[in-house]
Amino acid sequence: MDRRLGSAEPLPEGRVLIRTTCPYCGVGCGVLAAPDGTVRGDPDHPANRGRLCSKGTALGETLGLEGRLLHPMVGGKRASWDAALDAVAEGFRRALDRLGPEGVALYVSGQLLTEDYYAANKLAKGFLGTGNIDSNSRLCMASAVAAHRRSFGEDIVPGVYEDLELADLVVLVGSNLAWCHPVLFQRLMAAKAARPGMRVVVVDPRRTATCEGADLHLPLRPGSDVALFRALLRHLRAQEWDAAETGLERPIIARFFSDFTATQKVVTLWSQGVNQSSAGTDKANAILDVHIETGRIGRPGMGPFSVTGQPNAMGGREVGALANMLAGHLEWTDSPALAQFWGAPRMTAGPGLKAIEMFRAAENGTIGALWVMATNPAMSLPDSQSVRRGLSRIPALVVSDCHAGTDTQGFAHVLLPALGWGEKDGTVTNSERVISRQRTFRPAPGEARPDWWAVAQVAQRLGWGDAFAWDGPAAIFREHASVTTLARPAQRLFDLGGLAAVSDAAYATMTPVQWPVPAAAPSGGRLLPPVQRMVEPEFRPPAHAGSLVLLTGRLRDQWHSMTRTGRVPRLMAHAPEPLLTAHPDDVIGLEPGGLVEVRSEWGSAVLRLAGDARLPRGACFAPMHWTDELAPHARINAAVNPDADPVSGQPELKHTPVSLHPFVAASHGFVLARRNLGSRLAPWCAVAPCSHGAWRHEVAGATPESLAAALALGEPTLRLDAPDAGEHRAAWISDGRLMAVVMLGATPDVPPRDWLLSLFGEARIGSEARRALLLGALPDGPPPSPIVCICNGVSKDHICSAIVAGARDVAAIGHACTAGTGCGSCKPELEALLTEALEPV
Amino acid sequence: MRVLVIGAGPAGTRCAVRVAERLPGATVTLCGAEPALPYDRVALSRWLSGECEAEALLTHPLAVLRGLRIHYRPATRIAALEGQEAVTDRGERIGFDRAVIATGSRAIRLDVPGSSLPGVHAYRTEAEVRAMLRTARDGGGAVVVGGGLLGLEAADGLARRGMEVTVVHPVGWPMERQLDEGAGGLLAGRLRRRGIRFAMPAGLASIEGTHKVEAVTLTDGRRIPCRLVVMAVGIRPDTALAEASGIAVGRGILTDATLRTSRPDVKAIGECAEVEGRCIGLVAPALDQAEAAAARLAGELALWTPRADSAALKVSGTAVWSAGEIAPEAEQVVLLDREEEHYRRLFLREGRLVGAVLFGDVSGSRELMEMIASRRQVGSRAALALGRAG
Repeated sequence: MDRRLGSAEPLPEGRVLIRTTCPYCGVGCGVLAAPDGTVRGDPDHPANRGRLCSKGTALGETLGLEGRLLHPMVGGKRASWDAALDAVAEGFRRALDRLGPEGVALYVSGQLLTEDYYAANKLAKGFLGTGNIDSNSRLCMASAVAAHRRSFGEDIVPGVYEDLELADLVVLVGSNLAWCHPVLFQRLMAAKAARPGMRVVVVDPRRTATCEGADLHLPLRPGSDVALFRALLRHLRAQEWDAAETGLERPIIARFFSDFTATQKVVTLWSQGVNQSSAGTDKANAILDVHIETGRIGRPGMGPFSVTGQPNAMGGREVGALANMLAGHLEWTDSPALAQFWGAPRMTAGPGLKAIEMFRAAENGTIGALWVMATNPAMSLPDSQSVRRGLSRIPALVVSDCHAGTDTQGFAHVLLPALGWGEKDGTVTNSERVISRQRTFRPAPGEARPDWWAVAQVAQRLGWGDAFAWDGPAAIFREHASVTTLARPAQRLFDLGGLAAVSDAAYATMTPVQWPVPAAAPSGGRLLPPVQRMVEPEFRPPAHAGSLVLLTGRLRDQWHSMTRTGRVPRLMAHAPEPLLTAHPDDVIGLEPGGLVEVRSEWGSAVLRLAGDARLPRGACFAPMHWTDELAPHARINAAVNPDADPVSGQPELKHTPVSLHPFVAASHGFVLARRNLGSRLAPWCAVAPCSHGAWRHEVAGATPESLAAALALGEPTLRLDAPDAGEHRAAWISDGRLMAVVMLGATPDVPPRDWLLSLFGEARIGSEARRALLLGALPDGPPPSPIVCICNGVSKDHICSAIVAGARDVAAIGHACTAGTGCGSCKPELEALLTEALEPV
Repeated sequence: MRVLVIGAGPAGTRCAVRVAERLPGATVTLCGAEPALPYDRVALSRWLSGECEAEALLTHPLAVLRGLRIHYRPATRIAALEGQEAVTDRGERIGFDRAVIATGSRAIRLDVPGSSLPGVHAYRTEAEVRAMLRTARDGGGAVVVGGGLLGLEAADGLARRGMEVTVVHPVGWPMERQLDEGAGGLLAGRLRRRGIRFAMPAGLASIEGTHKVEAVTLTDGRRIPCRLVVMAVGIRPDTALAEASGIAVGRGILTDATLRTSRPDVKAIGECAEVEGRCIGLVAPALDQAEAAAARLAGELALWTPRADSAALKVSGTAVWSAGEIAPEAEQVVLLDREEEHYRRLFLREGRLVGAVLFGDVSGSRELMEMIASRRQVGSRAALALGRAG
């Protein structure tokens, strides 16, 4: 066995499973993977002990090379790496000459490995001399970082995952843990099952899947978290309290407060629902305050716990790849020590532009060169029309990505092909400070190269080659670890001194390690921050108010901009098209199942409307995942409020006043085909890959002629036309195989898709199926039912039948129909179906 | 009472039978212009194509008519009604108290040079089919003028009998009144595969021959050698008797809803009648009219009200079903399966189904009929065409 590969258990065919780390959320699960796409949870990884969620389980299906960016491009044409790197260097040189260090910027990502992150930060702050390097982590946990620094003087996450299992009360604030950090949620639920006395409280305006495992749900008014935790602090101090701003009824708050007060072992876990706010830092500090005030911190089973969205947001924080941080948790006053260590000729004088400010500067024409790595700001930042205007004004826009055709690449002058998961090599840090290796188990495709290498090459072309002369990620990691030892003695807890001299061989086989790792002291464990300050922020309502507020967030089976999860049919099956959900009473007069335009002061997006009583009155929800590639009109960030937290700069992604309007189109329907016809197929379109190589295109405003032209299959084999009624249906069959189906109607009430999609897997369409084709369902077939358990492909109807047949808990459902016995990510939905079915009428 | 029914087609025979049943005391006379016993005209094509023998077409054997005490007089063409007497073309007189005219239609014959040559036939009567079969026995070329339902049936029958058939049709596809170009093309293709040729769009210029038919010439100059010409260019109500008798005639013999003509003791039913402005061309409403007229004669307060009619036909083995109005100006729904050659076209007015043509797959026809009759509002047009109407 090749130890360098960190190989683990051998597979029967003599292949080897490589130990690596999942590239999705901040839980940072260990994964065993083989080049052929075999993927298992790593039983030895402390984060997951062998578990994986739906997304992680499907990682093997994301490894194909379709859609990959495989060679550099300059000005829209394929170019050599040399030419592309020259163009990048030239673009930055020109911008520096014209605008100085303030005129250049890097916008990087929590998807980067720590080594890539470190290299980018070093280039920006030490050599380009600019603080203008920010990360998409700004959208994720900048408020948590800012709050940690206000309370602890350093970005410290005191707790460890085990605390969630040891606690008697777990408070989940603004966290749909069940969908966004599923393995952590499963650990929590397992602990609760083993110790039924444990309580879980969810604080969230929405009744999310997470609430299915909870004892109490506080559906507070969006943006009112500070009011709740300020009141809790007063309650803890035995003072009078009032939390009317939360919109919650007093008894339910009182119940939560008295439980919190009476319980010593409390963990308060928070995530984007807290952070993504114009008061995100205050919200996080209000949470930190109640723990600091009562000493519920740094001890087993208690503490405030920020969990990050991205796989390496923590790594980015450690290397300082955010505009307001330096490196290795060094203070700005430590800048000379770092400059000396780096041999940096022109250290940045101070913080630079945070994400929102950076793209505003671009819009104002003051950014001459921007290098975007592993992120897609044209869709992910709020008020994205203004971001797009900014991108279009940058004279030298460089995008490094492993995926081709992202929204942002449309504005770029130079494209650099990056390595993807399974190809790149380095480290990531998860939400509990555990550093794990991401390892290579597949060859680099095409001309794709590591991001750190591209950074070093550009640095060399700008005359700083000596400071970037690494021979691999181990060398960068050693340098990064060394930075944490600078400017000591200091109170800084972040210390990787013990890893500063790690050998290449030891780096190759490194097992997960929790920081701090000082050179001469025990490492890891939970931390008691030496500095603990009360912040006691005042409640400040969001600046923009309205009768209906838009919240954005994630779906269970999707990751960010869907470049990976969006190509896995079974992951797309859970939510195949962009939905806007709202309380039924808030959308009276709008047609459920119809398209609805979400309008705000900043822009608009069009999604399909679904009524959902789990949302509170006055709030609607849209997923943030859709891009130009799959659903250009459903990019919700086009409508999202660009307000940002004054301290952290994190934008208000969960509080945009909006109004809803019917989206008027002459036709509604869908096209199923054996290839992707592109998301510009119709005035409104949402594309999703499906099983059997089929593609689903939901369309509005298309004409039969335009769709037939796009399909280019000639005359349909079967067609139905009722032009006066606006109905058109057509199917193409070739040698008995279904090639394509078009269904158009004057209203969104068109036939179901599921059965038709299943026909794409059949070698010959039978005559019964053929007759039913344009109906979209067999006359005696089962009604369409959404897939709930994607691992085993179990539909909602199937699960409900199991419940009717006597299954009374999740385990019994699993026994009856296998739902929930795969990765377990659907268990909250199974709970919800049980509750619904067994509720006394 | 003496009741005289003139015309022994389906409507006339039905009327005579019903009168005989309801008025046991009446003397019922049924006169047929053709020499045969009453037969199923619609089934002539089955005989022509060899699917059955001539005897199988007979609907009312003599014994049955005798049992009903109906005086059946074949080969008796009535030339005029004079007072209470009907005068036959042989000058014979038949007295009556009430008369019912059911003379049906006449096939239109194009008036082109040579149209009276031996070997030129209409496709309407048992005698004509018999003559066609005689010619067909020796094979050779046949030209069918007219690509409507009857023409195609004649063409298919003659082809099955071994003739080389060409259909001459003025429109680019056959059965253009029922089918659009797509379905018409399907049908033509199906017939071509059976060896039938089509000259379309094309018109007949003349028929050549010295003693009998030898060829036809088309308006575009093409010449098609043939031994047989079948005219299937349409029918018109046979109103000759009414006209000769001073009874008011429009397109057909004018009657009110009680089927009474301008002469109060004479009724008209079936294809020869124009009942409150409406001429019919199908068997079912003709039989309804026969029933209503018989009831009326029996003293009942019967009225004929038009209802949606349907006709299930076979065109050379392909099922064709039509019902209600073929209304080109109405809203239309078209369903086509190019491979299996199924086709349907629905006609709607003000959101209600008023007519339908099914070709190939005629399943769901009963439901469509019901939709026409009920005048219910149609929801999804697609669901209706696909046989899944609410």
